[in-house]
Amino acid sequence: MENLAVEKRFVVSSSPHVKTPETVQKIMIDVLIALVPAVVVAAVFFREKAIIPIVICLVAAMATEFLLIRKGIFNDGSAAVTGVLLALTLPPGSDWWLCVIGAVSAIILGKYVFGGLGNNIFNPALVGRAVLLASWGGRMTAWLSPVDLKSTATPLAEPGQAALVDLFTGNVAGCLGETSAVALLIGAAYLLYRGHINWRIPGGYIGSALIMGTVMSAAGFGFDITMGLWHVLAGGLLLGALFMATDMVTSPVTPNGQLIFGIGCGVLTMLIRIYGNYPEGVTFAILIMNAVTPLIDNATRPRFYGEVKK
Amino acid sequence: MTIKTFKGGTHPPHDKPAANKPIVTAKVPSRVVIPLSQHSGAPCEPLVEVGDEVKMGQKIGDVKAFISAPVHSSVSGKVVEIAPHFNPGGSSPMCVVIESDGKDTWADDVKPKKPLEELTGEEIINITKEAGIVGLGGAAFPTHVKLIPPEGGLEALILNGAECEPYLTCDHRLMVERAEDMIYGAKAMMKALQARKCYIGIEVNKPDAIAATRDAIGGDSTIEVVELEVKYPQGSGKQLVTAVMNGLEVPSGKRSTDVGVQVSNTGTAIVIADAIKTGRPLIDTVMTVAGSGVNESANILVRVGTIFTEIVEQCGGIKENAAKIIMGGPMMGGAVPTLDFPICKATSGVLIFTKDEVVMHEILPCIKCGRCVDVCPAFIMPNFISNAGEQNNHVEAKKLHVEECIECGSCAFVCPAKRPIVQWIRLCKSAIWAMSSK
Ligand code: SF4
Ligand code: SF4
Repeated sequence: MENLAVEKRFVVSSSPHVKTPETVQKIMIDVLIALVPAVVVAAVFFREKAIIPIVICLVAAMATEFLLIRKGIFNDGSAAVTGVLLALTLPPGSDWWLCVIGAVSAIILGKYVFGGLGNNIFNPALVGRAVLLASWGGRMTAWLSPVDLKSTATPLAEPGQAALVDLFTGNVAGCLGETSAVALLIGAAYLLYRGHINWRIPGGYIGSALIMGTVMSAAGFGFDITMGLWHVLAGGLLLGALFMATDMVTSPVTPNGQLIFGIGCGVLTMLIRIYGNYPEGVTFAILIMNAVTPLIDNATRPRFYGEVKK
Repeated sequence: MTIKTFKGGTHPPHDKPAANKPIVTAKVPSRVVIPLSQHSGAPCEPLVEVGDEVKMGQKIGDVKAFISAPVHSSVSGKVVEIAPHFNPGGSSPMCVVIESDGKDTWADDVKPKKPLEELTGEEIINITKEAGIVGLGGAAFPTHVKLIPPEGGLEALILNGAECEPYLTCDHRLMVERAEDMIYGAKAMMKALQARKCYIGIEVNKPDAIAATRDAIGGDSTIEVVELEVKYPQGSGKQLVTAVMNGLEVPSGKRSTDVGVQVSNTGTAIVIADAIKTGRPLIDTVMTVAGSGVNESANILVRVGTIFTEIVEQCGGIKENAAKIIMGGPMMGGAVPTLDFPICKATSGVLIFTKDEVVMHEILPCIKCGRCVDVCPAFIMPNFISNAGEQNNHVEAKKLHVEECIECGSCAFVCPAKRPIVQWIRLCKSAIWAMSSK
């Protein structure tokens, strides 16, 4: 075989021989870009009380991942996303150690005990938040008013009290990323435009919460569209619906599955809010739906081309 | 006119550098290496011996089996060797090596047949078989087998002019330059198949081919151009049927004829026209030479048995930094280690990529982004199948209907984690096949 020398020159690999320029890292960078408006609004309202926790969470998450797998400090970018998302679920002025514990738990318990990105069942940022909620519930609900940075209650403690327009712009007490609906919507619009999320999960989530909030309250059934809107805009629902529930790894891949997942998140959130012990239900609603995602994917497998009903 | 398509699919970068280049004719090779098996089905037995003088178009290989196609000499000259020759398709088939005398003297039996109006369907099938015609769309299935009419005739014949693979432009050029013959061939195929209609599916990015085809059809109301959306894999058989027949699906495990449709390639219709009009067997084919690694892209008419190296040299040769050779299109074609093997009847093109296009990506775990599920035209779940394949879990892959995969490559194309999904699918399929044939 005299042409063996030539053969070495040419790569033999499986088709297809062209690939999309999209990479996991580029998707993660896009998610970070989409979070910029929310981060900016948090920084404007809460100043160093927002900036310091965000930076600490970001650095702690990236450092933890780096120590675990040593693949470059940014790696695929998912640790940075987890860090920022976690920070946005924390109250303003959270202590540095709270941020660090949250971020380390998010990366280790949320991701690496399952085998790393792609294999995790639960949204890592929410795992971090759940650990903090379970251990330091008081600190996790110590809210500040964005007006004077004094202690205040979350609007969720008194359903219907805060003005809808304040909820919309972010002029209310709450977690760093929960306050401004506009900032979250701008970010989500970018992700939609880039094709990283679609309408099904946020639509199912927000739609079902809106309907339930409109017709239900702890006192019984009724009809109050402002309450529905209030439930959608207050607390972490938008942050959850737009950025947490849409996490690709932990949500279904089938179109119908995504819709069911979104509706499930909305229904659970509202049940917890209206009947549960916690004023907020987003974290546990999404974590519960994360757990049933494999089942949903299985049950909503599309009919394959040419499938004949038996 | 509505533009039709199928569900799923994707948009690979649409590079067609040779789309506007008229077909040129390659130099007559001084030596051809003609494989005796260039089709699916039984390989041929040689009909000639070393030392024999052969004429152009003379039958040099044939076999009794029904699913097979005879092989003809593509030059006139002398048989110098009959031996296996390297072929990257796997086995090294027996080849007849002929040294050309440069005269291109046609064999005596290459004569025009009766006009189409006087031919019976059976005669058309016979002419197709004798001319060694195989499907030029890829699988090289003997065409005469596909022309047998089903009981009660056929709803429609669909000619595939989608040519959805990037780079490939040979079908496009043939439609533009030889539309009349294509329609002639279509009519012959319709007659053989007793087909009531013929649809010619062409993607809308080839307006010149659509116009030329419409011109050639003229007032014939039984033949119609169907404009197709530019989307990959529009030219895949089943997807084409679904698009053209308004959502009709070919049931799993069945053939398109079971739902009254037969699919063939536009180029195949042209060679059938040649076989009837001039008696010429299938001894040459139009292929595309393209890619960043070649100096001059081209659509080129080449004799079967020409060594690829010679053709690429006629296109200015390959560049220093060429790093990959692909037989066919970039989505479904196979990469080969060398150009030192012969062109076959069904060769559609050769692509050469340079180093910067041959990036070896790190394979990451699936992030369940769902892109592959969205694009899969078979509506299966490539993400879960790829996980099963990665873990060698063939039973799971089978449960996920891996066998329905048409290997179009759309999933692996869109995957941001750069997972070699198609490769794993092929491994699963052959493992399942091996299990079931035990
Ligand atoms: S799984 Fe098969 S049919 Fe589906 S996109 Fe991938 S290669 Fe194409
Ligand atoms: S495209 Fe790749 S990463 Fe996305 S779901 Fe499919 S296999 Fe997983």
